[in-house]
Amino acid sequence: MLTSRRQTVIGHAVLAVAAIAALYPFLSVVLLALSKPGTRQSGFTLPTSISFDNFSEAWSRGLFSQALLSSLIVAAAVVVGTIVLAVLAGYAFAAFPFPLKGLLLGLLLVGLVMPYEATVIPLYYQLRSWHLTNTYWALILPQIGLSLPFAVFWMRTFFVSTPPALREAAAVDGASRFRTLRSILLPMAAPAIGTLATLLFLFAWNEFLLALVLVPDDRSVQTAPLALSFFAGNRRNSNPGVTAAAAVIVALPVLISYIALQRRMISGMLAGAVKE
Amino acid sequence: MVRADHEPPAHRRRHGLRAWAGRQYWPALWYLLPAAIVYTLFVLRPLGQTAWISLFRWDGLTEGRWVGLGNYRALLSDTRIPAAIGHSLEFVVFYALLPVALGLFLAALMSRIRVYGLSFFRAVLFLPQILATVVVAVSWRWLYDIDGPLNAALRAVGLGSLARAWLGDYHTALPSVGLVGTWVMYGLCMVLFLAGTQKIPTELYESARIDGCGPVREFFTVTLPALRGEMSIALVLTITYALRNFDLVWNTTTGGPGTSTTVPSVFIYQGAFLTHEVGGAAAISVCLTAVVLMVTGLVMRLVRGKEG
Repeated sequence: MLTSRRQTVIGHAVLAVAAIAALYPFLSVVLLALSKPGTRQSGFTLPTSISFDNFSEAWSRGLFSQALLSSLIVAAAVVVGTIVLAVLAGYAFAAFPFPLKGLLLGLLLVGLVMPYEATVIPLYYQLRSWHLTNTYWALILPQIGLSLPFAVFWMRTFFVSTPPALREAAAVDGASRFRTLRSILLPMAAPAIGTLATLLFLFAWNEFLLALVLVPDDRSVQTAPLALSFFAGNRRNSNPGVTAAAAVIVALPVLISYIALQRRMISGMLAGAVKE
Repeated sequence: MVRADHEPPAHRRRHGLRAWAGRQYWPALWYLLPAAIVYTLFVLRPLGQTAWISLFRWDGLTEGRWVGLGNYRALLSDTRIPAAIGHSLEFVVFYALLPVALGLFLAALMSRIRVYGLSFFRAVLFLPQILATVVVAVSWRWLYDIDGPLNAALRAVGLGSLARAWLGDYHTALPSVGLVGTWVMYGLCMVLFLAGTQKIPTELYESARIDGCGPVREFFTVTLPALRGEMSIALVLTITYALRNFDLVWNTTTGGPGTSTTVPSVFIYQGAFLTHEVGGAAAISVCLTAVVLMVTGLVMRLVRGKEG
């Protein structure tokens, strides 16, 4: 055996320190949010009494119920739209022969690597001329476009991994291409689509720059991160406890889904990164 | 990288035209069309327009004036730009090099031992990755606050004279924001590299031992080469994040105090949407995109190329 006990202990100690460091910043914000308004919070002592006053104040002042609803609508629309388009395109890339396939995949690759700061300026003017700024569409449509490269590569990889014999057998039985996709491949793809949906939802939920640029003026369509940014940047909100509560409110839906789906999210993000 | 496989076989390519006429390729088009329309309208076309706008002097309201490469020449003589590039490079150190180094250090420690509770550590280390950047920024603004935990800790150990508003101080704002980036990224690097080391066959370490390698040589001859793929992924992800870096800077310091934490993406937003120098902002976008694409290609080639 090569393993030395001392090394095992040191390694896990370092790992534990790293884990605590990863946890601490957000944990201290949660503690601050739960403390009684007006009490001093050093960040190292546990609060003696738990109070939700900060939450109720942040909730009523920051219009977070509307913001969370907007985020949910936008993220859900982005996930559904992207997956429908990506399943169709990924299927075509994996299963059909057609010319210029390499070129088209290359174009998609550009969208995968490119910083999307490169598209926001024309997007703003274009959507404004279509009278779509400050509507949900201004967030949904560009985010579908920007999510497509990742999603199409993801679905294509899945379809390539399915045995071609399956498609051939379906064709022999007289199934059309679409029928093969709908009745045979899609049921098989459910886990892959589920992971993809989780990741797309996470990206859409956390999106900030597009929201800042494309829906700056209408509070009723602003997403949760944007509402939090405005709320925290407001000089009149000098009470750190209320700001902390607002941050926890915005993070909570993602945290809950992370606790429920963490295995899928992490493996998805690692797999997605590897494919890039 | 993605391989351009599924090239049509030669005999089919020869009959390409006939195949088109025979509608052999039509179904593929129908499946591709919806995605192609959305992708073209909301990604490719804006990308091209950014390059086009960068050739005009334009305030976003009135008719633009053609200036050719004038905006790019103006960038060269803009004194704010070298400072912003300097900040970006410093962020690359904090966001990319430091997390990768931390990840490698851990991988070296753990390379030959079984990791207990890996899935638990993975879940915790990944937490910074799933939080919205705005939430991260708000959290760290509290940590760095004049009355926040960091200063409280300094005062508690008798270093109260060092306490300050870390994000509001000209000398500490940049490294303070940089450390937030390190925090966001180190867990990802650690998880990636740990997963990588667990896949290295123990025989490699055994033979390295037999050849008399010490722990340091062993790291450089066995662990590091085996992690090449993971390293290229980690570097591409972290460097790209460092170069773009709008959300975090905007929500912690908005580029200040003064110009001590400005980065190109802050100029893009300010120029395009606050000060109405849209052409100049577009020119910065084009340069930023070019740099990101180049760095990505370079890292892929450098780290992966040797694999053959």
